[in-house]
Amino acid sequence: MALQSLDIKARSATTTPSPSARGEAVKVAKLIDISKCIGCKACQVACMEWNDLRDEVGDNFGVYDNPRDLTDQSWTLMRFSEVEVQAGKLEWLIRKDGCMHCADPGCLKACPSPGAIVQYANGIVDFHQENCIGCGYCITGCPFDIPRISKKDSKVYKCTLCSDRVAVGMAPACVKTCPTGAIVFGSKEDMIHHAEGRIADLKERGYQNAGLYDPAGVGGTHVMYVLQHADQPEIYAGLPKDPSISPMVALWKGITKPLASFGLGLAVLAGFFHYMTAGPNEVEDDEEEHTS
Amino acid sequence: MSELVKRYTSRERANHWFIAICFILLAVSGLALFHPAFFFLSHLLGGGTWSRILHPFIGVVLALAFFFFAIGMWGQNKITAADREWQKRLGDILCNKTQGLPEIGKYNIGQKYLFWTLVLSIALLLVSGIAIWQPWFTPAFPIGIVRAAALLHAVAGFVAILAIIIHIYSAIWVKGSIRGMTRGTVSAAWARHHHPGWYNDVKKRN
Repeated sequence: MALQSLDIKARSATTTPSPSARGEAVKVAKLIDISKCIGCKACQVACMEWNDLRDEVGDNFGVYDNPRDLTDQSWTLMRFSEVEVQAGKLEWLIRKDGCMHCADPGCLKACPSPGAIVQYANGIVDFHQENCIGCGYCITGCPFDIPRISKKDSKVYKCTLCSDRVAVGMAPACVKTCPTGAIVFGSKEDMIHHAEGRIADLKERGYQNAGLYDPAGVGGTHVMYVLQHADQPEIYAGLPKDPSISPMVALWKGITKPLASFGLGLAVLAGFFHYMTAGPNEVEDDEEEHTS
Repeated sequence: MSELVKRYTSRERANHWFIAICFILLAVSGLALFHPAFFFLSHLLGGGTWSRILHPFIGVVLALAFFFFAIGMWGQNKITAADREWQKRLGDILCNKTQGLPEIGKYNIGQKYLFWTLVLSIALLLVSGIAIWQPWFTPAFPIGIVRAAALLHAVAGFVAILAIIIHIYSAIWVKGSIRGMTRGTVSAAWARHHHPGWYNDVKKRN
């Protein structure tokens, strides 16, 4: 990489080590405090604007969500949930959905195309569409249902955490635009510290189960949430409680790959050495003479 | 080589080699997406994206051709008691000690296992392949099915390729076999030696 700030730590479908002379870089994180979000969608607009994306004008289907789902043009989406957490106490929970930038990314693990998915030393997981072959394996690998295939070019797109902005020391566009300070950005360490303050504050205000969403099943994430009800993340439009790479994908992309490749190689070698030792199976000429 | 016995018609041969060409293209493009060590093979079909685009279409064509081919030899691949006796002597056979083997028909049990392995694995590859066919069909399936299909496709692909490696080696190992599929005929000595039951049937019919 030309930029030191975009040093690559892990690369899809690559079995040799990434350049690692420089050692550990500072890990970044985006912290989304759901208790501070007012659902204005400025982050969605800023994302479109900075990344130069234009989704189709959506339709109203009874809730505030627009568009209905993430797309190749909408890399982030406010998901609105009306939840009665306690009887008689309705809460309007608004979660900014998008790539979580897992420390152990299922997309990268599943991707068969070398360098189509990379993880920078700072923790950001980025898709390099020029290497993408459009197989959709990353979608299979993602525990959060984030990547979307473009109908235009059959390449997969998702939030980059504004890797281009972060690379030159700027905060992601959504962070920059958020009017309430619900989205903050910095080193992961600082963001965890910041979250602790927010959680203490929420607990003081009666949210006993307030907590940080940084799921260990995917090695932690570089996008984290402060949840008022961290004991039940599912109520936030289906945020998975304990996400991890599916065992199917882990099996497929784990032991199956080297074992099957080894098995095929072994079969070829077994044939070769059988021929060289036992020799061909020939019908002897005299057998033809005797029996005819 | 005086006397020749007809083993495959020109239509069977054409179909076999059509399937073989499809299979090689599929194995090459499939392996390319299976393990990074094989990714260079994707260049044979014009790169990763072309491999992804072409692989499923070739797969459907192979499945159609294969099942047409398989129906024709379905009845001759039922496993018999003589086959099982023959299988008990596999160790001897691999050492080219072939005296006193039970009389077997057009196919021995190894060929029959190959047949049923391919019938099963190609059926599984077709079904699982549809579920992971981007961008056409995958969006219609729930993610759990797609994940299971991706795993199943890899496993079935491995089984099919392994079976074909054994198939190709057997043809190289057993001299006089390949001409059955290239010329359509085998020598009478070959037929009597490897498939006496079939040879006698052919003789009776003529």
